[in-house]
Amino acid sequence: MTGGMVEVRWHGRGGQGAVTAAKVLAQAAYLSGWESVTAAPSFGAERRGAPVTASTRMADEPIRVLSQVTTPDVVVVLDDSLTSAVDVAAGLKPGGTVIVNTVDAEFAVPLPEGARLVRADVTGAAQAAGVVVGGQPIVNTAVLGAFAKATGLVTFEAIAEAIAGAFSGSAAERNIEAARIAYECVRE
Amino acid sequence: MTVRIITGNEAAAWGARLARVQVVAAYPITPQSPVVETLSAWVESGEMPAELIAVESEHSAMSVCIGAATAGARAFTATSSNGLAYMTEQIWWAAGARLPLVMCVANRSLAAPWNVLNDQQDSMSVRDAGWVQLYCRDNQEVLDTVVQGYRIAERLNVPVMVCYDGFLLSHTAMPVEVPDAAAVDAFLPPRPQPLQIVDPADPRNIGPVVMADPRRDADGVLRGAYLELRAAHHEALLEALEAVPEVGEAWARATGRPGCGLVAEHRLDDAEIALVAAGSLVTQSTLVADLLREEGLPVGVLGIRCCRPFPAAAVRERLRGVRAALVLDKALSYGYAGPIATDLRAALYGTPDAPAVYGAVCGLGGRDVTPEALAEAARAALADARAGAVERPLAWIGRMAREEAR
Repeated sequence: MTGGMVEVRWHGRGGQGAVTAAKVLAQAAYLSGWESVTAAPSFGAERRGAPVTASTRMADEPIRVLSQVTTPDVVVVLDDSLTSAVDVAAGLKPGGTVIVNTVDAEFAVPLPEGARLVRADVTGAAQAAGVVVGGQPIVNTAVLGAFAKATGLVTFEAIAEAIAGAFSGSAAERNIEAARIAYECVRE
Repeated sequence: MTVRIITGNEAAAWGARLARVQVVAAYPITPQSPVVETLSAWVESGEMPAELIAVESEHSAMSVCIGAATAGARAFTATSSNGLAYMTEQIWWAAGARLPLVMCVANRSLAAPWNVLNDQQDSMSVRDAGWVQLYCRDNQEVLDTVVQGYRIAERLNVPVMVCYDGFLLSHTAMPVEVPDAAAVDAFLPPRPQPLQIVDPADPRNIGPVVMADPRRDADGVLRGAYLELRAAHHEALLEALEAVPEVGEAWARATGRPGCGLVAEHRLDDAEIALVAAGSLVTQSTLVADLLREEGLPVGVLGIRCCRPFPAAAVRERLRGVRAALVLDKALSYGYAGPIATDLRAALYGTPDAPAVYGAVCGLGGRDVTPEALAEAARAALADARAGAVERPLAWIGRMAREEAR
């Protein structure tokens, strides 16, 4: 049903900015040359701190599916503590990729056969670039750098341009720098 | 023209901004709220020179729009679900007073029970109120239809309701071509002077009690009463059957995009069965038709963009030669049938070789309408059509078969 389309599911906690990440990724994918993109939150109510999801789709033809993503090609996990509460790999397509924000270089999650796990210290990248609000590193832009490096589906230049369009002035610069650091710190 | 990756709500706000709306009055409700949040930010930053009036209810939101439009302003509001229901008294007033408002409805189910998710019961429940009702397939159509809505409304002196599916469009970002302000200004000049001008130097009674029978006015002219006003209103709405496609074509000339008219069609020419729907289901149905075509099943799609006035002649013409129409309603007239199925049956009644009309209800309260479920419903309808079934009981797509004990 979804040939030629890449489906991304985001896992975060309410307030971490998964919805914004999904939307900025869609912008970056469009800038990278994908003909059609969509980004959506999970439909319904959300609570700060509770597990939430969002989705991004990219395709080389008009996207006509509006259902929530249930069989992702790529899963992005903004907070590794979520993996004990949520089956982040649920529905992952064969050969799919799971990207986890973690400081633990050995971090593991149960994955289906043939799936790929990518780790990146995105929180560290956000902290190093000074993307910190109220003492908390904000990971939702930095993670886009890790996504670009891990998947090759979007260019880093497009990520930087999309971030620049979503933030202004020095905030944009810091967020792009965080994405650049996260791009460099991706580990299989 | 700039391509932006924006939600349906943001597209609606862009439409209002490009239409140079002068007064916005609204009360927040999910999933509409981001429309007014976006407009509010633009008004605050000075990017949109409009008066934004925060009111205490949807009833008041429409009341403010009625006042603003009566004074000659271009006014806008947006709502959903129970907000629309609460506004209903004033929805009828705005129409009967022949005010050229545009209102967005981010379609959401009606309570009880509470549910913030999509269906089309809210706007379908006010389809008799005398507004033009347009349903959008995607976010591009949301922006385009808001701007076109003012041109239609100001030409016919009737209000226009722009409906788009909550969450499926309201909260889903996708590429939207945002036209240049100059192109929109050329398409949509400032609002013409109102029919009745509020002027203290020339006092007049607006919205008076009207008697049952015609009476002579102050100049001795015999004037129609309530019934004549209502007949004129009906005739103005019927004029929208010409105005909607003409305005769509003018918009296409102004922006260079294909125009949108009363209906949209997809692979209907040799179709044996047509999926008929309004809103984002039209987009989803075209995907399903293409998948079924790969299986060799002749399926097409008829999208109803304009639900009021109902484009009876257009649907008769487009469905000629089709064995059956499977209508996918996201609303129900409880105790009878889905609203689009009812309208379609009436439109086809008496037409030689009219297709059978099968009614199906889906997506209520946000129930996911998957391509697989739609394909299965289309296959079953095609089998019934080939077997010659003229009538079928209402089908429920995606309904749980039975409750299961643990």
